[in-house]
Amino acid sequence: MHATSAEPLARDTEHRSRADARHDLIFRLLLRCCALIVLAALLGAALSTLWGGRDILFKDGLHFLFSSEWNPVEDKYGALAPIVGTLTTSLIALVIAVPISFGIALFLTEIAPNWMRGPVATAIELLAAIPSIIYGMWGLFIFAPFMASIEPWMNDTLGNIPLIGQLFQGPPLGLGLLTAGIVLAVMILPFISSVMREVFRTVPARLKESSYALGSTTWEVVWDIVLPYTRSAVIGGIFLGLGRALGETMAVTFVLGNSYNITASLLMPGTSISSSIANEFNEAVGLHRSALIALGFLLFVVTFIVLLIARLMLRQLARKEGR
Amino acid sequence: MSAVYARRRIVNVVALGLSGVATLIGLMFLVWILWITAQSGFGALKLSLFTKITAYGADGGLSNAIVGSLIMDLLAILICAPIGILAGTYLAEYASTTRLGATIRFLNDILLSAPSIVLGLFVYVIVVLPINSLTGGAISFSGFAGSVALALIGLPVIVRTTDEMLQLVPGTLREASLSLGIPQWKLTMQVLMRAAFSGILTGVLLALARLAGETAPLLFTAFGNMYMTAHPLDKMASLPQTIFQYTNDPDPALHAIAWAGALLITLFVLALSLLTRILFSRKKVSYE
Repeated sequence: MHATSAEPLARDTEHRSRADARHDLIFRLLLRCCALIVLAALLGAALSTLWGGRDILFKDGLHFLFSSEWNPVEDKYGALAPIVGTLTTSLIALVIAVPISFGIALFLTEIAPNWMRGPVATAIELLAAIPSIIYGMWGLFIFAPFMASIEPWMNDTLGNIPLIGQLFQGPPLGLGLLTAGIVLAVMILPFISSVMREVFRTVPARLKESSYALGSTTWEVVWDIVLPYTRSAVIGGIFLGLGRALGETMAVTFVLGNSYNITASLLMPGTSISSSIANEFNEAVGLHRSALIALGFLLFVVTFIVLLIARLMLRQLARKEGR
Repeated sequence: MSAVYARRRIVNVVALGLSGVATLIGLMFLVWILWITAQSGFGALKLSLFTKITAYGADGGLSNAIVGSLIMDLLAILICAPIGILAGTYLAEYASTTRLGATIRFLNDILLSAPSIVLGLFVYVIVVLPINSLTGGAISFSGFAGSVALALIGLPVIVRTTDEMLQLVPGTLREASLSLGIPQWKLTMQVLMRAAFSGILTGVLLALARLAGETAPLLFTAFGNMYMTAHPLDKMASLPQTIFQYTNDPDPALHAIAWAGALLITLFVLALSLLTRILFSRKKVSYE
């Protein structure tokens, strides 16, 4: 009697746990597939742009990278001018954004009274929320005319400094590499400063207090204690900003001036990889289109490497904390 | 001795003063950009923007661009939210210590700041070109392709927030549920998702705020359209792409319309990011 009543129950339980195990397996596989889509997206972006750019890469090979001639009429394409433009604008952006971001992080972690920290930090981070097309419009309609008005002054003062003077000589167009670099600097400010602010807060209070106890000023504590302690993460944050600057399209397209001449002056118009693609892609056919997609591949590889370095540097600090 | 001391004090005051100036510079740019957008945008705001299509040019409005943006943003969220939430759940619940999990988490962070224009090219190659050759050239650029490109931009945001939010759920909740004998998929879907709901919602809203302002990937996926359409396989206009087009035009009347569109996007995006902040700060309080 006992056996007959317990048997269906046991069978039932066994049946259920088997079903549960099956469902768990299916669920797990589904989740894993979704996670693998992230990998597929990155890999796909690299492979598809390489595939799309195969025509120009087979035809010109490495010459594509080092040729400065970009002539759709004669169907000749060289990537040097966009590469130089991308690197120059990003470098200008870093030179301006890094000290300002450091200042903001220093102000928000060491100087500002408590009631001020939250709102000011939120305001700075809102800069990152503004869509890049808005930066572009503001850059073209407001900031470029402003730059045009101060460029004659730049010619007369900065332009006369030996060695770097040549960089600041040129017609006061307002559009050009320098303007694009400054707009980019404003865009990447919030990214760099928020990383710096976060890592500055991870410095143990004991270290800072010890330094204060020895008679250090606030500046000495920041420069000699906080900065060395967070060095790798700070560099990571700067590379994160660099990655953003390299790939940014809309903010620079309007103010670069779209010229394929490589010049020594920062006041002259130029081009960048992303703005070449944005400006020309929809009118391009054949080899021209292939060259633009190959430029996209190049941009992807460079930003990938920069961001890889950034994340590795940022991870070092997390390790130090034992996270 | 006192000379050294004075020098150190001066350096300190100058450095701290400069950091205050740096903060002011950052805030000044924020106010400058927002002020210009508000001033030029509100000045150009009129009812016909919402009722007329872009085909009328300077006499027209933005209605087809607004509708196109809404459709593509919504479709993009519908694509990337389920995938992103499930992928984030995998990272937090199944792969928090595995090598595969660490790799995906790391690469997701890279995808988060990957150049959006390259993602646009990617979608052009894997969606636009295949659809074009499948339909024999009848359909090429489409609102659907635009949505896929936008979804790729939202995806890493959702993956990351879901991952982080689920890790905040206390482990005791998992242990208590498992000890009652429920399978892990039920635990995940019915207990953990509910516990982390507001956090996951924050991630979805953040993704929406991020992708709503994107222009670059739409240029060669959705392309743009002068007329009203709601069909996802048509070429589709969007606010950012129309703004891009109008800003490139020499006609100042079109610039005014572009500013009005810019104001709409900025208000939408800023409202969303402030909303997520409120949601998120509430969540933090409830856990402390």
